[in-house]
Amino acid sequence: MRTAIVTRPLDGAALAAEVARPEHGAVLVFVGTVRDMNEGRAVTGIEYQAYEAMAGRELDAIALEASREFGTSAIAVEHRTGRLAVGEASVVIALSHAHRGAAYDASRYIIEQLKRRVPVWKREEYVDGAREWVDPAGRAAEVSR
Amino acid sequence: MNVTALLFASYADALGRPAVELSLPDGSTVEDALGRLRGMPGGGTLPASPLVAVNLAYAKPGAVLAHGDELALIPPVAGG
Repeated sequence: MRTAIVTRPLDGAALAAEVARPEHGAVLVFVGTVRDMNEGRAVTGIEYQAYEAMAGRELDAIALEASREFGTSAIAVEHRTGRLAVGEASVVIALSHAHRGAAYDASRYIIEQLKRRVPVWKREEYVDGAREWVDPAGRAAEVSR
Repeated sequence: MNVTALLFASYADALGRPAVELSLPDGSTVEDALGRLRGMPGGGTLPASPLVAVNLAYAKPGAVLAHGDELALIPPVAGG
């Protein structure tokens, strides 16, 4: 298992190769990317910020939970921080397993827990130049000045 | 005792800085530290009970702080 918070561009193929095992018949890579639209507003980019020390710890804990629950330790997770353009990858979850069903379940578990627990924030930048921190509960958390 | 309070995202914008050094009486809790932060310029916009972490682990408002602790106020997370 390996997790990291990084500032460089993410490489899904590299992580897929990292987790591949001869005894595993399924390699699964989830790539989360910056979408060009959120709640009806055109987005031009996203700035990601992390509480790095704690985010790394939470990612490690989630990977360990997934490993125990779904039966594979061939897991690599990277989350990128800094300013990302539309289409760029913000998160990659790569894992392999003997069988596909457990691989899908483990991948889903990791992304859902990541979104719930890992201290990472994003500030969307819109076409009109406005920037707002995103509150996933629905609205932008606080308009920045 | 002295405690470092880390602020992120919208909370850092509200107080205009990413970290605050707090000098608190011994035995102070997370809630006491939050009260101190709310009294600072911009601190009034902090939510009533923000998520907090002490030394990298989520903590409750009643948790007692110790000298040198790192307290972090965690805005609604939005990773992925």
